[in-house]
Amino acid sequence: MLETETMTQPRTSISPVVPAIEFRDVELAFDDRVILDGINFTVRRGETKIVLGGSGSGKSTIIKLILGLLRADAGTILVDGEDITNADEQELTEMRKKIGMVFQEGALFDSLSVYDNVAYRLAEEGIDDDEIEHEVIRMLRFVDLEDAIDKMPIELSGGMRRRVGIARALVGSPSMVLFDEPTAGLDPPTARTICELAIKLRDLEGVSSIFVTHEMNNLRYLSSEYAIVDGEGRVFFEEEGDKLCLINTKVMMIKQGDIIFDGTDEELKLSNDPYIHRFITGR
Amino acid sequence: MNSLSRFLVELQDISFLFWRMLRGLRKQPRYFDEMIRQMDSIGVGSLAIVSLTGFFTGSVLILQAYPTLEYYGAQSSAGQSVAITLIRELGPVLCALMVAGRVGSAISAELGSMVVSQQIDAMRALGTSPARKLVTPRVIALVVTLPLLTVAADVFGLIGGGIIARYLYALDANTYITSLRAGITIQDIIGGIIKPIVFGFIIGLISCHKGLTTQGGTVGVGKSTTDAVVLSSITVIIADFFLSKVLQGFFGNTLF
Repeated sequence: MLETETMTQPRTSISPVVPAIEFRDVELAFDDRVILDGINFTVRRGETKIVLGGSGSGKSTIIKLILGLLRADAGTILVDGEDITNADEQELTEMRKKIGMVFQEGALFDSLSVYDNVAYRLAEEGIDDDEIEHEVIRMLRFVDLEDAIDKMPIELSGGMRRRVGIARALVGSPSMVLFDEPTAGLDPPTARTICELAIKLRDLEGVSSIFVTHEMNNLRYLSSEYAIVDGEGRVFFEEEGDKLCLINTKVMMIKQGDIIFDGTDEELKLSNDPYIHRFITGR
Repeated sequence: MNSLSRFLVELQDISFLFWRMLRGLRKQPRYFDEMIRQMDSIGVGSLAIVSLTGFFTGSVLILQAYPTLEYYGAQSSAGQSVAITLIRELGPVLCALMVAGRVGSAISAELGSMVVSQQIDAMRALGTSPARKLVTPRVIALVVTLPLLTVAADVFGLIGGGIIARYLYALDANTYITSLRAGITIQDIIGGIIKPIVFGFIIGLISCHKGLTTQGGTVGVGKSTTDAVVLSSITVIIADFFLSKVLQGFFGNTLF
């Protein structure tokens, strides 16, 4: 199985009571087109929320709202207990330090090497070079891409780009990570690797995350497998079953700007809603 | 939205971008390395085309004007005529148009591609202001290098005019140079430097704005690139008229 180094830096101490992310009656519309129609949900600490939905359902918009890249028309968004709905750019910049973001295609900076991409956030903060190098190597080891350190993004395959994107998002040990369709367009084994990284973050690092996807494989991996470390530091993935039932992964489904389901994957499979049924089975 | 309100919204966006850019100058980090890199690619990279443009513009001015001057027996004013036209008007404007075509399109296409591939979102998510990191260095680089490029265009234009006067119309080189020196006033030179500074702001802000507001994938990048070049070229030509009027007001309507 995978043998990778885990992240060892302590995360900022946070109260377990305050949810990581909370949406209260959030509305958003572009001109006449309603994107989100008063949605409410919570992501608890250490929890992974899988957001399902068809194309154009408003999934990615949720992530942009959390980062403050878009502003809500109405409602309240709380990140780490703080209201960011009316925060100015400077407050948002501070808030964004707690959040790592993995974009659909990786969104790596074309003009920068893999090293500089991963180092970007630290370099912007004026951290000294030795520390940056140490952190970058640690992160690239976490995503198993140490060899690609001097390459340019154009030389990487799709899967490698996403993994560099994940490494870049994890620099600075954020307590929340947002994944925006990180496996779209990848072959199944590579998609599995990305999901394994998300599972490791959830189970070994206690990171809260939102995982936007429309692929059922991702849902299966994330909601039924967990990561454990053996005495030698090797990471294993096991399926939930008699020994353990995962309670730190929830599923939410969005349809045309409304949440039509919010619960566990077991409940999702038992749902009678015809749209959900068709979404899961493809028929 | 009708075209008037669209125009006003764009004007407002560009003003905000200008404001954010100025604020970007005040705060750390200032991205000096990026500024130098941009000056190299914008300034040094455009030197050849700008010099060529200047050279042949100066040449054609003499080519067309000399027969008329000769008709009136004013051949000795050949240098003066080309100098004033070039330094006051054609140097700054043609140089700005060439740079708008070469650099404005590049800026807008680069920023537009970054928007489409979510790199701008990624930059903001990583805590950097795109205005400060991308817009400020480019606009400053344009404002610094465009006057220098204009001077290069002017000098090559005067040389080109001199060569044509000397070898095509057999005008004495000394007559040409004397008439040049007599024709150029300090006001012409100052005006000829102020204009490209303003044009630098215009090209930089419009191109960055068009790039950053790209919508609709790769087709959108093409559209915003075209818009950037067309809009900045037209704005340069319109601004030139008003600037000339304002400069005339300051320096007096000096004619020869």
